[in-house]
Amino acid sequence: MNGEKQTDRRGFLADGARVAGVVSAGVLGGFLAGRRGQAEENRWQIDPDKCVGCGNCATHCVLDESAVKCVQCFDMCGFCNRCTGYYTLDGLDSRDTAAEDLLCPTEAIIRTFVEGKAGQNFYEYTIDTDACIGCALCVKGCALMNGSLYLQVMQDRCVNCNECAIAVACPSDAFVNVSSDKPYRLKRVALGVMRQKAGKADKAAQKLIDQVQADE
Amino acid sequence: MNRILRLSVAAALVAALMSGVLTGSVMADESQDLMFPVPEFSDHPIPTASVPEVQGEVAAVLDVAILFVALCLASYFTLVSRSRRNVLLLTIASLLWFGFWRQGCVCPIGATQNVALAIFDPTYVVPLTVVAFFILPLVFTLFFGRTFCASVCPLGAMQELLAVRSVKVPRWLDHSLGLVAYIYLGAAVIFAATKTGFIICRYDPFIPFFRLGANTDMLLFGSCVLLISVFVGRPYCRYLCPYGAILRVLSCFSKWRLSIPPDTCINCQLCEDVCPYGAIHPPTVTQSPQRRRKGKRQFVIALLAAPVVVAVFWWLGTALGVPLSQWHPESRLAEQVRLEELGVAETTTEASDAFRGSGRSVQELYQSALARRDDFVTLGGLLGAWTGLVIGFKLIHLSARRRRDDYQADRAGCVSCGRCYWYCPVEKVRLGLISDVSEALPDGQMPNGPLVQLTVGGKES
Ligand code: SF4
Ligand code: SF4
Ligand code: SF4
Ligand code: SF4
Ligand code: SF4
Repeated sequence: MNGEKQTDRRGFLADGARVAGVVSAGVLGGFLAGRRGQAEENRWQIDPDKCVGCGNCATHCVLDESAVKCVQCFDMCGFCNRCTGYYTLDGLDSRDTAAEDLLCPTEAIIRTFVEGKAGQNFYEYTIDTDACIGCALCVKGCALMNGSLYLQVMQDRCVNCNECAIAVACPSDAFVNVSSDKPYRLKRVALGVMRQKAGKADKAAQKLIDQVQADE
Repeated sequence: MNRILRLSVAAALVAALMSGVLTGSVMADESQDLMFPVPEFSDHPIPTASVPEVQGEVAAVLDVAILFVALCLASYFTLVSRSRRNVLLLTIASLLWFGFWRQGCVCPIGATQNVALAIFDPTYVVPLTVVAFFILPLVFTLFFGRTFCASVCPLGAMQELLAVRSVKVPRWLDHSLGLVAYIYLGAAVIFAATKTGFIICRYDPFIPFFRLGANTDMLLFGSCVLLISVFVGRPYCRYLCPYGAILRVLSCFSKWRLSIPPDTCINCQLCEDVCPYGAIHPPTVTQSPQRRRKGKRQFVIALLAAPVVVAVFWWLGTALGVPLSQWHPESRLAEQVRLEELGVAETTTEASDAFRGSGRSVQELYQSALARRDDFVTLGGLLGAWTGLVIGFKLIHLSARRRRDDYQADRAGCVSCGRCYWYCPVEKVRLGLISDVSEALPDGQMPNGPLVQLTVGGKES
């Protein structure tokens, strides 16, 4: 019969569908790119005020070594003699810095003597990011004191998974999407402190504020 | 008990330390009431925490470039050079790069969810890489057929390499299972849009192998899929892959696509036997007028039945509100908290502990969980309607008659793997491997088809 005509018609329909397909792909791309024009793309980050230190961060990240690391807000730290984020509570009885008295399983927290004052010794605690596995033991420990130790997704390590495996496993809903131009979060209290510092023309504080997401 | 003891020890310690610090140092004026004050040291400045920069975009741009090159190569190998060997090499390369090196992330299949979320949630900004990954294979499919599936997709590659002993899946089963992918696609879009979760990523059976680690359930699921892949060609691609579902539709409209044979089909049936994916259809037989009438009737019935199917499935779908909403972590939390409040729950969970520490009220949690359930009733209805639509389309499609004069690769089902090239006698002659088609035929078989036949659809003779 009129097979040729039918082929023509079919070809015409296919052409139409193809054009429609390409156009809609273009529109979709344009729409999504336009979205991007209004804001930076998103990154995963932990809201430290919500984190309960369950330890899932260490085990659920898709990377062999979690992209989540502990960071410290020195402006919240009491530079304790017996840092509860550093010592286990059992270890608090002894002044020994033997591994079994320390909370951190990887000995990632480094203790440096700062100064003795009025019979009180002050130490500064810093974190060796390479050694930290993001287990949050110290985070929970310091929460007894100040909460100056907290977890953050390190953006130089995180591969920005479509769905962060830790976010799925986080019991406290602490994982949030933040804009990638301000990819870090500070604790609310710390943010207040840093703002005051920045107000006093402290450049380092200003730089930190520039890197953190300040919205609620 | 032990815990309380420890807490009180800690509290005592805090008190002791506090008094020490309070008397010993001048309090920093920024300190908060509840905060342990930062001491002022004579010559030690308080350091400021710093954070590393975001990882550069170089890797992302490189991935898009690699994807683009791979798609071009795949299209060239399947359509122009018609080389199964090169397709296979590219498959292995893609598996190594996108699968094992990039750990199956970013992939277009998962990107579907980011795009869905970005459409529904204006605050979510999807990375440009992800947009490119989503759109590039779609556009390529519109022009060259499923070349992405052929040798770029790492998931497909994994199964392609395992498809060694494929059995034929009965047509009816093949068609029915094929619907699952569309339903999965619908569910994935709904779950992504409501931020319930990215189920495609969460239940990607190959991720455990790409990342060399996963929980037992996923490992079990993944192993099952791999095992099935040995006997049933590409089970994930054919029956589950939500992105494949989109590509199937698009490849029906592709401008060029893989075609077997290169020119005149001798109807030897070798390609049909060898295609592990059941994607080659034999020539149609001429129908008796009686059969044709029956076929027409079937078509009309399918056309009339489709809206009914949609309505029924929409209605069924609304009943899915509660089970669907249970996928959302907050609904599960609300349920757990309710059980705890009633005193039924034996233990608390990490999530409920976290909730109780958060200061949110139980009432507020219940309210939001109830609102979410209502949303899911609507969404369940939509998912049902979508399912009905897909089934309706399938029925219509199945009862519509197409005429084929020779063996042809199915526009939708062919993943452009090029396996049939290896077996087609006409192709072998074209390549100069043999001088006459009869050399490639099994003993005693003669070419039985119309030897000179102009073929339609995608190829010139
Ligand atoms: S981290 Fe916490 S516990 Fe440790 S010294 Fe600082 S405030 Fe004290
Ligand atoms: S205790 Fe855990 S989170 Fe804290 S520094 Fe050590 S490894 Fe990191
Ligand atoms: S997004 Fe991926 S890499 Fe980053 S923290 Fe989450 S799981 Fe780890
Ligand atoms: S999973 Fe969530 S609650 Fe647990 S440690 Fe990580 S951020 Fe904190
Ligand atoms: S290229 Fe040939 S063997 Fe491969 S799926 Fe398509 S028809 Fe089947």
